[in-house]
Amino acid sequence: MSRRRRLPGSLARWAVIVLVGGYLILPLVSMLEFSTRGDLGTRSLDAWVAIGGDPNLVEAIITTLAIAALTVVGMLALLVPTMTWTYLRVPKLKRPVEFLCLLPLAIPAVVLVVGIVPIYSILTRATRGSPLVLVFIDIILVLPYAHRAIDAGLKSIDVITLAEAARSLGAGWPRVILQIIVPNLRGALLSASVIAVALVLGEFTISSLLNYDTLQVVINLLGKRDSYLSVAVSLAALLFAFVLIYGIAVVAGGKRRPVEESIEEGVA
Amino acid sequence: MSLTPAVPTLEGRSGVAVQFQGLHRYYGAVHALDGLDLDIAPGELVALLGPSGCGKTTALRALAGLDTPDAGRIVVDGRDITDVPANKRDMGMVFQAYSLFPNMTARDNVAYGLRLRGMDSQTRSRRADEMLDLVGLAKQGGRYSYQLSGGQQQRVALARALAIQPKVLLLDEPLSALDAKVRRVLRDEIRRIQIAVGTTTLFVTHDQEEALALGDRVGVMSNGRLEQIAAPMELYDRPRTPFVAEFVGLTNRIAGTASDGTVDVLGTRIPLLEGSTRSGKVSALVRPEAMRLAREDGAPARVIAISFLGSVCRAQVRLPDGNLVVAQMAAADATGLTPGAAVHVDVRPSPVFAVAD
Repeated sequence: MSRRRRLPGSLARWAVIVLVGGYLILPLVSMLEFSTRGDLGTRSLDAWVAIGGDPNLVEAIITTLAIAALTVVGMLALLVPTMTWTYLRVPKLKRPVEFLCLLPLAIPAVVLVVGIVPIYSILTRATRGSPLVLVFIDIILVLPYAHRAIDAGLKSIDVITLAEAARSLGAGWPRVILQIIVPNLRGALLSASVIAVALVLGEFTISSLLNYDTLQVVINLLGKRDSYLSVAVSLAALLFAFVLIYGIAVVAGGKRRPVEESIEEGVA
Repeated sequence: MSLTPAVPTLEGRSGVAVQFQGLHRYYGAVHALDGLDLDIAPGELVALLGPSGCGKTTALRALAGLDTPDAGRIVVDGRDITDVPANKRDMGMVFQAYSLFPNMTARDNVAYGLRLRGMDSQTRSRRADEMLDLVGLAKQGGRYSYQLSGGQQQRVALARALAIQPKVLLLDEPLSALDAKVRRVLRDEIRRIQIAVGTTTLFVTHDQEEALALGDRVGVMSNGRLEQIAAPMELYDRPRTPFVAEFVGLTNRIAGTASDGTVDVLGTRIPLLEGSTRSGKVSALVRPEAMRLAREDGAPARVIAISFLGSVCRAQVRLPDGNLVVAQMAAADATGLTPGAAVHVDVRPSPVFAVAD
């Protein structure tokens, strides 16, 4: 009787899992299938092997990873002290800072580019055309997502009490931020970093409009020349992002044990 | 009349003297500290008691350097520290909220202040272990805050505050988040440790039992001012203001007539405390333990309810004028007092405070 009642619910759950799983995995499987097509219906890894053989592609990957790393560093250097300071000393500024950080969501990339072209023309001359200058605009683009992640982290700990405790023990503000606040925001900072990396890996519009050869721009160009290689690179980039996110989740969440197991009952 | 009596000398205790001198603090229109004057003797434990918003935590935070007074001075060990930043004051503080650094073990938490003082790792680890031993957590040094109960966390916080050998120990309602049993145990622990180390201590609480049990002296605050500061027994027996008389302990308001320094309450003439309204119709503020009940058939007062509290009983009694009073007696003396019983009520002739009706 109860089995018969449970069955529709169970079926519905499986149906949802299959539908969502199919929706997410089918395109990836299709990409894999397409990128491994050989001549006359055979399978071939030529496109995947070619990833390492295309100098433009390798350079674009290195450039994009460098941009991603610098974007993470810049974003953390900009947001962590600012947000911690607003939480600790000027809570009135929380809303204005949030508003500023959310602005890039409301402004289309094309409009952003039009606004920053004059600045970038100077930067490009100063850096002799290095695509690393994209770091500045990418930091702006990741602000809305990184702000959310760090804000959630700051809300999850009693920042003010921790800071006051550290101050009373003799810590100056830099130590409070670096030794007390930042280590306790590890999960939030890693999340913000993942989002930043993912965004930089996928960013196309601005790089393309500013004529920089980043990964997505090169993939697009390859797509016009060699669609198999283009799809293989896209899939590789996705897999790289998945591995990165999984690694960060393991690093961020691997240390803690359930509280219930460790507290001795009845001990004051 | 000075509200701050002579500061006691506590022989054998170390620690430094602390003085609040005319401290004012405004939060917008709210006058959180209204000319607070308070002297704390070296090694003394002063408990600041008062309702929410009375300014007691503001005073403590001003001493810690976590809040800046708008006027007045704070002098510690003869030095004006009003403008000294919090991290340069050498104050150990235990907070109401759990404040252990989650990224550090209990030992690292205790050693953190020592690390900031440049102590080598071996020495600070040994000292941290000594402090954990002092608070009874010698075996929990390797645990993180999420592996400790609330009481254990506050013990570690106490050890952390004491490890730096602070000039003054500041306790901001450290027991309020704990359950009653743990609170009582930890309260006694704090007192034992404070006497052992002899650090001058300011303890802030809204729990009068805690304040009376812990303080060498208890200061009662209201509206940013110190209403009275005195030894716990004196504060309880000889309140100097109506606020203190009503805020500290349970109090019955019983109508009476004052004259010649006494008040007639339920047929007994009782001496009036200093500061009382001294003539005319008044309300005498009588402690429950000063009320006496005797079973007497036909007496006009009636027992409404009896509460058994272990060694004592409390009886709610309706007087003939309809007024409800509470009487407290030894449990053995409550035999026969049942709800509905007719009782004769009178009052012990110990001095009381009286306020105009």
